[in-house]
This record gives sequence, C-alpha cells and structure tokens, in this order.
Amino acid sequence: MVEGKLIQTEKLVKIYPMGSSQITALDQVNLVFQAAEFAGLVGPSGSGKTTLLNIIGSLDAPTSGSVEVLGGKIENLSHREAAALRNRSIGFIFQTYNLLPVYTAYENVEFPLLLLKIPAPQRKKMAMDALDWVGLADRAGSRPSQLSGGESQRVAIARAIVKKPELVLADEPTANLDAKNSHHIMKTMVHLNESLQTTFIFATHDEKVMRYLKRKISLDDGRVEKDEIIKPEVGK
Amino acid sequence: MIKFLLKGLMRDRSRSLFPVLTVFIGVFLAVFFYSFMNGVLEDMVRSTAHYQTGHLRIMTQAYAKEANQNPNDLAFIGVAKLLDVLNEKYPELIWTPRIKFGGLLDIPDEEGETKTQGPVSGMALDLFSSSSVEVRLLKVKEAIMRGRMPKEAGEILIADEFAKKLQVSPGDTATLISSTMYGSMAMTNYKIAGTVQFGVSAMDRGTIFADISDIQVALDMPDTAGEILGFFPDDIYHEKQAPMVAAAFNQEFKDSDNPFSPQMGTLPEESGLTDYLGLIDSMSIIIIVIFVLAMSIVLWNAGLMGSLRRYGEIGVRMAIGEARGHIYKTLILESVSIGIFGSVLGTLAGVAVSYLMQMYGLNFGFLFKNSALMISSVYRAQVTVGSFVIGFAPGIISTVLGTAIAGIGIYKRQTSQLFKELEV
Ligand SMILES: Nc1ncnc2c1ncn2[C@@H]1O[C@H](COP(=O)(O)OP(=O)(O)OP(=O)(O)O)[C@@H](O)[C@H]1O
Ligand SMILES: [Mg+2]
Repeated sequence: MVEGKLIQTEKLVKIYPMGSSQITALDQVNLVFQAAEFAGLVGPSGSGKTTLLNIIGSLDAPTSGSVEVLGGKIENLSHREAAALRNRSIGFIFQTYNLLPVYTAYENVEFPLLLLKIPAPQRKKMAMDALDWVGLADRAGSRPSQLSGGESQRVAIARAIVKKPELVLADEPTANLDAKNSHHIMKTMVHLNESLQTTFIFATHDEKVMRYLKRKISLDDGRVEKDEIIKPEVGK
Repeated sequence: MIKFLLKGLMRDRSRSLFPVLTVFIGVFLAVFFYSFMNGVLEDMVRSTAHYQTGHLRIMTQAYAKEANQNPNDLAFIGVAKLLDVLNEKYPELIWTPRIKFGGLLDIPDEEGETKTQGPVSGMALDLFSSSSVEVRLLKVKEAIMRGRMPKEAGEILIADEFAKKLQVSPGDTATLISSTMYGSMAMTNYKIAGTVQFGVSAMDRGTIFADISDIQVALDMPDTAGEILGFFPDDIYHEKQAPMVAAAFNQEFKDSDNPFSPQMGTLPEESGLTDYLGLIDSMSIIIIVIFVLAMSIVLWNAGLMGSLRRYGEIGVRMAIGEARGHIYKTLILESVSIGIFGSVLGTLAGVAVSYLMQMYGLNFGFLFKNSALMISSVYRAQVTVGSFVIGFAPGIISTVLGTAIAGIGIYKRQTSQLFKELEV
C-alpha cells in the first residue's frame, strides 16, 4: 500500500527514571522499516522490545531522538493526534488478546470501524471479510468467553487488520498459545502480510514466531545488536 | 456507536443494573415524598378552608382579635344586607355565614334529669337550604354515620365519637347550655338527627352542628353571624385573586375607628399557614439538593468501581485509537441512558404509588388524636405536574454528575503504560 519507508527511528533514546537512578530502556536506536515488512524484535527480557513497540505505536514518547511513523513525528503528536494515528493506521495485537468481553467476535472486529465512522453496510462487509481472513466467519456471533485462546487471538488479529492499517504491532502474540495455534496465527499473519502488504512488527522470544520472520532485529540492553534479513524457515 | 454502547450496557448487568436501581430508588423516593407532602399540604389547606377560615373570611375587627374564643358578643350584625352587597360585588365567590359557639351539652334521662354531660364546641351553618354550599363543600351528607340530615328547626348533628361518649343516638334529645350574645344564659332542647364523622380529628371530637337559623334564635343573634366565609366555587384557593378581593373590600368597608366594622382576610392570613407553606417550599428544595448530592456520590462510587472493572476495556479502546475525550463522552452517554431509564421507571413507580395513595389514602388518625390542626386523619398523596418533574431532572443530573466525576480518571491514564497494563 504505502511504498518505501514506513518507519524511521533516529538516535532514539528512552530513559525511565527509577527513584534516584535511571533505566535506559532504549539507547541510540536507529532503525528503518519499509512497507510490507515482516520483522521481529527479539532479545532477552528487559532488552527494550515492548518499549520500542510502544514508541512506534505512539503510545509513548521518546526521551530524545526522533521517530517518524508514516511521515509524522511521534514526539510532536498530541494525545488526540496520536489516537487518530493509531485509529487509522496502526493495529495492535496483545499477548492477552484483550477482546471486549461483552461484545461478540463480530462486534469486537467492528469496533475500530465504528471509531472510523465507516457507514454500516461497508462496515459489515469489512468486519465479515476480516473474520473470514482469520477463518472465523462462522464464529461471528460468539462472545470471547465462548472462544478458545487461539480463536480469541485470531479475532484480535481480525480486529487489528480490519481497517487495513499500514502497520500492525504484535507484542508476544503467541505467548499464551500452544504450538498448533501459534503456527496457525503466524500463518494467518504471513498471509495477510503478503496479500494486504501490511507491515508487521513483532516483539517475541518465541522460536516458533522467529521461524516466520523475514527480518530479525536483536535487542540487548536497549541497543540494536544485530539486524538481519533472513529467509523464513517455514514456507507459506 | 450509540447502539454499540447500549448493547454493552444491556449485556453487562453490573454496568447497568446497579446504577439503574440506584436512580430508580432515588427518583421513586423523591417523587413519592413530593406527592405525599403535596397531598398533606393540599389537604391541610382544604380542611382549614372548609372548617375554619374559608378562602376569605369576614369578621368584625373586635371579633377578629379574639376569634379563637368565639366572642359572639362581638359578632357582626346585619348579615342579610352584607350578603346582598357581597353577592352583588363579588358574585364569583360563594358567601356563607357561620356562628361558632361553645357550651355544655346535657343529655337528659326519661325523667329529665341529667344522664350525661360534656363541654361542646358548636358550628352553626346553613344546613337547611336546598342550595346550601356548606352541605356540598363539607360533604355533610357523606359524613353521616348514623341517622339522617336535619330537616327542620330544632334538629342537629353530633360528632359520632362524641355521641358515643355521651351515650346518645339519633332521635334522642340534647340540651345545649350556652350564653346569648348579650351574656344571659341560653338553654335550648334539640333533637339529634344524626351523627357525623368528617375524618378531621379536630372536628370529630366534641362537636355539634346546627343550622344557623336555629342558633341565631337560641343565642339571640338575629341577622347576626360570627363570620362570613367566602369560597371559590372550584374549592381551590386562588392566591392572586383572593388578596385583591380582600383589599377592595377592606378599602370600602373597614373602618379602623369602628371595632364593629367588618374586615376581610385571606386564608393564609387567617390561618397562619403562610409561614408553614414557605417552610414546606424550602424543605422541598432542601430534599432535592440532598437527593442530588447523595445520589451523585453513590453513582460516582459506582462509576469508580465500574471504571476499575472496565480498566482493561478502556485501555484497549485507547490502544485501538479512541481518544480519551471520546471515551469520556461515551461514558457520559451511557450514564445519560441509565439516568433516563432509571428516572422514567422511578417517576412512573413513584407516581403510581402516590396515585394509589391519592385514591385510597392511609389512615394516620391515631397520630392526631389530640391535634387541633385541621389535618385529615386519612393521608392522601397528591399527584401533580410537579410529581413528574421533581425526580426526573435530579435523577439524570446526578447520574451524569457521578459519572462525570468518576470518569476524570480516564484523563489521568498514561497511554505509555497501556501495553504493560494490558499484558498482565
Ligand atoms: N514504565 C517503566 N518505568 C520504569 N522502567 C521501565 C518501564 N517500562 C519499562 N521499564 C524498563 O525498561 C526496560 C525495558 O523494558 P521492556 O518492557 O521494553 O522490555 P522487554 O524487552 O519488552 O522485556 P520482556 O521480554 O520481559 O517483555 C526494562 O529494564 C524495564 O524494567
Ligand atoms: Mg515486553
């Protein structure tokens, strides 16, 4: 969809104050992501993966340095503008699914479209399409409590991609899933990446996830240690 | 979006049921109390008008000074002429003379010796004329417990309770011992036609009712009456018109130098209810303020609990790209729906219960056994337009206020913490 450079971080630093001392969660991170990438942030716990996703996703602001997402500087966005950016262009997938419990699968997927004020007939089609992509069209009327973990995460994926965002950020999306379900949702995302040209950025320790990545960025102690283009081990 | 929110409300009982119940109860109580107070008030005003002061009352200035002692020696002479004038000048009101008197009622046995005896307070009014406004206003016919209406001179009615105490029944003879207008003793025999109960404690104790012509004869008061009462035909006190009539009358007839010249007073002036009515007005306002405050606090806390429970949901919505202001607005919208729903139900229930009480009444007579207040022993609520309004606005305001305060927490939320919160 978007050609060329999607995200660029320059000398990105994030420091958390911790009492009298400070924690440097990100240290001089320079990264560029192109459209339609399928990249993963890997590294030990505390290495800064979540922090980096947060900042890219405009949920957090850098301490210094700059982050450009879709042509806008994150550090300059107001709350409202950041919300608008997330609403339009960024989908989130969480480790714990985070579906809205009182709403059905369909309504959960429909929700971002309601915020975008998309007219009803079109909304219905888009939401059903998204559920179709993740193979859950027949569970549209189910509540989250009636879905398995794998199914819930697939609904969450449908919710993240229903508006066809340029970017999807997924923090440990498979951490609560077994191997079979993990592979299933990774395949789903690879498929969406290829058919919709959506950029995916993961944060993960999961070997199963890494096998699907086309680019692996290793973080350690807030610094980029390695940034490698890899050939996915698993076929499509 | 609204549909979406309503779906959420309906499905999540804790989000809707508790707040709706709170609003319902609060509104219900407000409506009921309001109607109840209205009913009591209305009843008090009506009873006072009927049994005591009319909507307007004319007495001589001298009589007025000691009115509660029934000073018939100071009564107004020349009733017929004054009535003619009143009917001509103020035909929109109904004018009727009354005499109040005190004395002793003596019940003789077969030999004519005293069987029983008791102090009595009497009211003489127009019972005989077929067009008597008194019989209609006071519902005298409906008040008869035993016996019948007096039909001819020498027949009286007696309060039922009093009759039992004196062991007399309809058909028996009773002797009224009193004093004439000029201070000499008056003894008159009457036949008891029937017994009455008006449902107003002050009237139902030691009272007899006689036609005014009988008492004028007995107390030597020809063409004389203690007071002349004016009633609006719809039996409602008109607070604008009445003072105007009184002022016009006093302007023309009241002579400050002549204690026997007549003066006219309005119901509030004559009864001293003015302050009382004001008190009740301000009490309604206080009740409503307390009601709004208390309910806001309850709903604020409910809102806090709710947003704690919905912490995750609100976090996800922020991550998905809903602005904080928008989330806040949706919470307010939810509370408006809850407020409307609870207030409608509360108002309907409150009005329904009040209406039942208006129809059937609740007997509190035992509370007023010794009361001189002209208050009926049967309580009735009064449903008015106010009943529909009184709970509604406060119900909605307090719901929205409670939510608005509780929802401020959303603005304190750090977006940067969302991922961490959502991961736990
Ligand atoms: N809000 C915060 N306040 C203080 N320190 C923080 C905060 N958030 C993160 N940190 C610190 O920043 C560093 C990076 O944290 P981050 O959550 O990005 O790690 P991570 O790579 O996602 O780890 P994990 O794999 O366990 O999820 C850690 O040392 C963490 O303790
Ligand atoms: Mg993390």
